[in-house]
Amino acid sequence: MFEAKIWKLGDDIDTDIILPTEYLAMKSVEDMKPYAFSPLRDDLAKNIKPGDIIVAGYNFGCGSSREQAPEVVKALGVSCIVAKSYARIFFRNAINNGLLLIEQPDLFDEVAEGDIAKVTPGQEIVVNNKSYPIASLPENLMDILNAGGLVKAMRHKNGLE
Amino acid sequence: MGMTMAEKIIAAAAGVAETKAGDIETVTLDRLMSNDGTTHLTIDMYNNLKNPHIAQVDKLVWIIDHNIPADSPKTAASHKKMRDFAKAHGIRFYEGEGVCHQIMVENHVRPGELIFGADSHTCAYGALGAFGTGVGCTDYLYAMVTGTSWLLVPETIRFNLHGKLNKGVYARDLILTIIGRISANGANYKAMEFVGDGLKALSIADRIAICNLCVEAGAKTALMEVDDVALDYLKEHGRQPKAIYKSDEDAVFAEEYDIDLSEIQPIVAKPHFVDNVVPVKECKGVKIDEAFLGSCNNGRIEDLRVGAEIIKGKHVAEGVRFLVVPASRAVYNQALKEGLLDIFMEAGAMVMNPNCSVCWGACQGVIGEGETLISTGTRNFKGRAGHKDSFVYLASAATVTVSAVAGYITEA
Amino acid sequence: MGHTLVEKIIGNKVGHEVRPGDIVTVPVDWCMIDDIMVPFAVQKFEEMGFSKVANPDSVVLIYDHFLPATQVDDTRHFRVGDEFAKKYGIKNVHRTDGICHQLMTEAGYVKPGDIAFGTDSHTVTYGCVGAFSTGIGYTEMAGILGTGELWIRVPETIKIEIDGTLPGDVTSKDIILRIIGDLTASGATYQSIEFTGSTIESMSVASRMTMSNMSVEAGAKCGLFVPDEKTCDYCKIPYDASVKALRPDDDAKYSRVIRYRAEDMVPVMACPSLVDNIKPVSQLSGTKVDQVFLGSCTNGRLEDLRAAAIILKDKHVAEYVKMIVTPASRKIYREALHDGTLEILSNAGCIITTPGCGLCCGRGGGILSDGEVVVATNNRNFLGRMGTSKVQIYLASPVTAAKVAIAGHI
Repeated sequence: MFEAKIWKLGDDIDTDIILPTEYLAMKSVEDMKPYAFSPLRDDLAKNIKPGDIIVAGYNFGCGSSREQAPEVVKALGVSCIVAKSYARIFFRNAINNGLLLIEQPDLFDEVAEGDIAKVTPGQEIVVNNKSYPIASLPENLMDILNAGGLVKAMRHKNGLE
Repeated sequence: MGMTMAEKIIAAAAGVAETKAGDIETVTLDRLMSNDGTTHLTIDMYNNLKNPHIAQVDKLVWIIDHNIPADSPKTAASHKKMRDFAKAHGIRFYEGEGVCHQIMVENHVRPGELIFGADSHTCAYGALGAFGTGVGCTDYLYAMVTGTSWLLVPETIRFNLHGKLNKGVYARDLILTIIGRISANGANYKAMEFVGDGLKALSIADRIAICNLCVEAGAKTALMEVDDVALDYLKEHGRQPKAIYKSDEDAVFAEEYDIDLSEIQPIVAKPHFVDNVVPVKECKGVKIDEAFLGSCNNGRIEDLRVGAEIIKGKHVAEGVRFLVVPASRAVYNQALKEGLLDIFMEAGAMVMNPNCSVCWGACQGVIGEGETLISTGTRNFKGRAGHKDSFVYLASAATVTVSAVAGYITEA
Repeated sequence: MGHTLVEKIIGNKVGHEVRPGDIVTVPVDWCMIDDIMVPFAVQKFEEMGFSKVANPDSVVLIYDHFLPATQVDDTRHFRVGDEFAKKYGIKNVHRTDGICHQLMTEAGYVKPGDIAFGTDSHTVTYGCVGAFSTGIGYTEMAGILGTGELWIRVPETIKIEIDGTLPGDVTSKDIILRIIGDLTASGATYQSIEFTGSTIESMSVASRMTMSNMSVEAGAKCGLFVPDEKTCDYCKIPYDASVKALRPDDDAKYSRVIRYRAEDMVPVMACPSLVDNIKPVSQLSGTKVDQVFLGSCTNGRLEDLRAAAIILKDKHVAEYVKMIVTPASRKIYREALHDGTLEILSNAGCIITTPGCGLCCGRGGGILSDGEVVVATNNRNFLGRMGTSKVQIYLASPVTAAKVAIAGHI
């Protein structure tokens, strides 16, 4: 279980919002961090603290297959995203980078930015004393998440870890 | 005492019977060209004036050519500022139609005119016997508001051209040779005048290429005597000369050079100075990453024909990017009709929309760290074409094209 | 119980029947890596500790987003790609030939029944020839490079049936926009879309490409068309029994079936700043426009350029408005040179750029600034996609785009 501050975004948070094309070719994800979410909220990247969570509506991560999107969110220290639904490429990319995604249909409509969430992965999220149930991911995805992402899983497979 | 061509144009523009090198004259300008390199700055200054107005709007020509299509929101904002201003004031406006100097020569420049351009290569207009000179935005703004400016009458260096260029040798090789000889500041503040029987065999395209690059020797302007070749060009483009001037026989020249065109060899200017010239063969084998055929210097139909003839049936070397950029829409359309664009595309070149492209080092085809470009552009300064640690060699259309095919610098 | 097209394609590859929800590991016929993602995929591949690429001939590197380069670090991506190709024996490298999704079928790689993955979301495009293809991230791509396979969840299928004859000014772009509007941007998430019906059958492969390309904008995993004779002509393969077998069974089970009458279709636009914000063009008329963009993997093909040329012939783009035309590939550029299309477009005042992603990927090719309005034929109108977040992007068909360019307003 962990406790985290909520940052609240809307529906259809697309990959151009998460990281505009202009910054995709930067050499490292550290360089990209200040520009995350910049088309939507210029100061968000600066204010997110490690451990915070993002709460959003439907179709989070829609658009491009750019993996820089989940990588930069992970690099900001976001511990998980809780959304009503995710776009499929973003979903895979996030898991492959060890970023926890949680689907929850009601939480978004009932919480405010700045609220504190108590997250118990695979079980529930509690905000303002209300419990929101959450499911666990399929086994093959948990394997990747537990390995710390696909790179580590492959290294393990190749006998390197 | 006699006057030079430059002195005569300035005297006429100043409304005086006589002037001489070293005098300062207040002149009325015939035309004022500005492009998207700096116009947004001029507009900002204009808007800060107490009583802003434009002396004669029909003298202004504004051209978006450097970063078109726009490559960033910042560029787009400066274009919008320029477009909105041009529209509001009824200024003659071109966007995406080609490189400013080519547009000016095709549509506006007349012999005998005195023209300010907010771009250093404005001296290209000497090809049609006009006094064109580059100015900064402050000078431009003053001229825009008052219709006039002051001008230090330049001394003239005269180049007597004789004979003909050999096959495989181009105007570009000639002017690079001259710049190498007199150095990058050899003509500072001065006019470079080209006369002689050697002129006859040079097309307008050749003449523009020569005059255009004179600023790289520091020249204030370049001038060529107006002959039938120039008059025919004007007639074809539906214009009449304003006035035709020739230097008097007893005019005083700072220096005079006799140049035998048949002695000129294919030349490259090595990084990072335009006067760092050597015969092409001395650079043979230098590996290239990109080649560029275009710019206000060598993006005309004649240059594309030279390149197309060389590359027809061949292919750009693997890993080399070959940018072919017609200097204007008229050039593009003509090259399309002649099948040249198809030859280049078939050979693996990248045909671009008319603009300044990598010559200006932004927007299109910039080169990366450690990369080498061979270019028909105007400058090879450090970092000019992209990364600060990159290398630009300047050469003729022919040398650039054969090098693009070979993958390294080589002779045509 | 029967199977949908995607179930058949996947089933053929894994050698047994599959059902939606099954998680299966599939062999990969084609891996497409575009220039933006090349260095990242290479880095992940090396971090994973692979010593060779499982199937170098299945890998295609395509440089398209960064051409012509606008930033000094762009060419590093080409260098990394070239070095990787050399080191691991990858022969299929397209350095200046056009947009990846155009080249993957045009240059003869992807064929009906193939499975392809690409490091770009519009990899779904190859559904136009009846291939299963979808976008993935660079980490997964690195994994495929090393192993030659990938796990997927067999998707449910939404069947979209369109019958009848389209009105003259309506194109496949209008259809797919309408569908996205109806499904919403997430309406097909995780699912396959199957496009069928007489309207689809009479469509060119190029028109189908526009629709498969944009199926990802409804969240779809893939957007499939049953391969027919036209498909085989385009792919230069015989229309034989193996191709004919690539069709859904009559008793296939669909999660949803949606039917349209072609005659009901009208020209539409996706309005700022969501792809599913669809309105009829007639409701938007009068909106002033600063720029028009014709190009991209959605609508940069010869038939798109021709459609615009028919409208622009002997006319001119409105004063102070730019129309930028970016053919999708070198081949298309040359074909448009040969048949006079580019000449018409140039005479009409269009700015014709070199083939590539151009404006669509937001790194050049006509970026806009605050307050400007663009009508574009590409696939996304997200906030900030073509400049600042105060740029208004409307997505439309080439026909609508050309009309707007002449008028200067919608």
